[in-house]
Amino acid sequence: MDARTELLGLLRENARYTISDLARLTDLPEATIEATIADLEDEGVLRGYQAVVDWGQYDSEPVRANVELNVTLDHETGYDDIATRLAKFDEIRALRLVSGDYDFELEVEADSMSAVSRFISEQVAPVPEVTQTVTHYVMESYKENGVVFDDGHDDDRLSVTP
Amino acid sequence: MTSDRLANRVQGVPPSGIRRFFELAEEMDDVISLGVGEPDFTAPSRARAAAIESLELGRTSYTANRGMRRLRAEIADYVQKWELSYDPDDELLITTGASEGLDLAFRALVDPGDVVAVVQPSYVSYAPGVQFAGGEVLEVQTRPEDDFALTPAVLAASGADRADLLVCCYPNNPTGATMTATEIEAVVEFIKEHDIFVLSDEIYAELTYDGSHTSFASFDGMADRTVVLNGFSKAYAMTGLRLGYAMGPADVIGAMNRIHQYTMLSAPTTPQYAAIEAITECDDAVERMRTQYNRRRNFVLSRFEEMGMDCFEATGAFYAFPKAPIEDDTAFAENLLEAERVAMVPGSVFGEGGAGHLRVSYATGLDDLRVAMDRLESYLS
Repeated sequence: MDARTELLGLLRENARYTISDLARLTDLPEATIEATIADLEDEGVLRGYQAVVDWGQYDSEPVRANVELNVTLDHETGYDDIATRLAKFDEIRALRLVSGDYDFELEVEADSMSAVSRFISEQVAPVPEVTQTVTHYVMESYKENGVVFDDGHDDDRLSVTP
Repeated sequence: MTSDRLANRVQGVPPSGIRRFFELAEEMDDVISLGVGEPDFTAPSRARAAAIESLELGRTSYTANRGMRRLRAEIADYVQKWELSYDPDDELLITTGASEGLDLAFRALVDPGDVVAVVQPSYVSYAPGVQFAGGEVLEVQTRPEDDFALTPAVLAASGADRADLLVCCYPNNPTGATMTATEIEAVVEFIKEHDIFVLSDEIYAELTYDGSHTSFASFDGMADRTVVLNGFSKAYAMTGLRLGYAMGPADVIGAMNRIHQYTMLSAPTTPQYAAIEAITECDDAVERMRTQYNRRRNFVLSRFEEMGMDCFEATGAFYAFPKAPIEDDTAFAENLLEAERVAMVPGSVFGEGGAGHLRVSYATGLDDLRVAMDRLESYLS
């Protein structure tokens, strides 16, 4: 595995690894790590570093929904144009064009169920190209960004073995 | 304490030193254990599903004594990557863990009074296995200055020229040492010159981080004087499913099978289905685990270096074997456990040659490894 791929893998696993940790884990010099990460950021490969939050463990919880979106295209408007317009909304946390029964898949987040509903009906549905929306409210999250939301203590091995 | 009821050869074998340390660690809370000799991963999901499916289909009877023919054929194909060629009908035996293979090999090869050279530091079962079979253990202590590789010089100095059987294990538990083809070749000359049979435990073969694994049996004329032990425990994280295999010349495998058919009948059936799936479909899972182990290995070795802990570059298995900062490795391990709640196994548990060292298993998640290394650092300062 080349250094870039390896670093991407490690940062996706834990974006808070220090440069020293990354150097130890990959057996590469710290300067190489720093330069490679800088390159990846400059090239727009690394777009950000975010926390994985288990809202179920926190005192308040935002309302989240996955929204299926169907659109119609014409000569002047393509998927990218619609996506550019939608991406500007802060409520939309993720936006993807997908294959299958619908066109876009959205992750929407707001303070309450009514806020999510209002956002969809007042901001998303009126977009001229949008023909249909189907909203799925998130009820429970078991795993996010590769992190399983369990108690983390499922190691049933004996503590010392030959 | 001796007893008339118990056989002398059993009473002559002391309980494993690792047991005492286990009991010590078990008494404490919040211990981060770097003392575990098995993967922290679970068996690949496909292998688990194959085991479950076999149960649902009611495949709960015995298999052939030697193990399922299909599994033996797949193993014979698989080991060709290590330049090993075995007939799945006559030269391969499926065992209940590599541990059973070890016991069978000793019972098939060792007569009372035979001299068995055991390369140390080593896994704790070899010497007792020899003693249970009535053999005489000749310890061959590999040296830190050779990075714990076996050398003709060490063999000669130990008097191994008179050995009937040589037991070795590379990649090695507890040191994490591997041997290059050139290093093995030098040893092979000694082995042939003195007409020694070899029992090569290669259970950690898949966990080699610098180059690829070289098998003792892959050298000219060695297949006929070597039994290779391997299994699914380490590479596929299937320790609890207890499945291993032995490969060697037909007469020896036949003799091992004769014991096996009377004492075990056949290895458990369910894991054999899991193993077929593992060996044919789970290379990617093995690669993922190897990648993780290698990162942790790099991490641990770097941290040792930063702390001034003297440690050779372990290139296999999932162990590092640093020198203990004080001569008494047992005292150091016990004090570290007491003060910082970090368990490392004293090297002397693995034989005299391990004294003054610590076995550090990195089959533990990175988060725990980081904390354990920080605690060790704070203890040392």
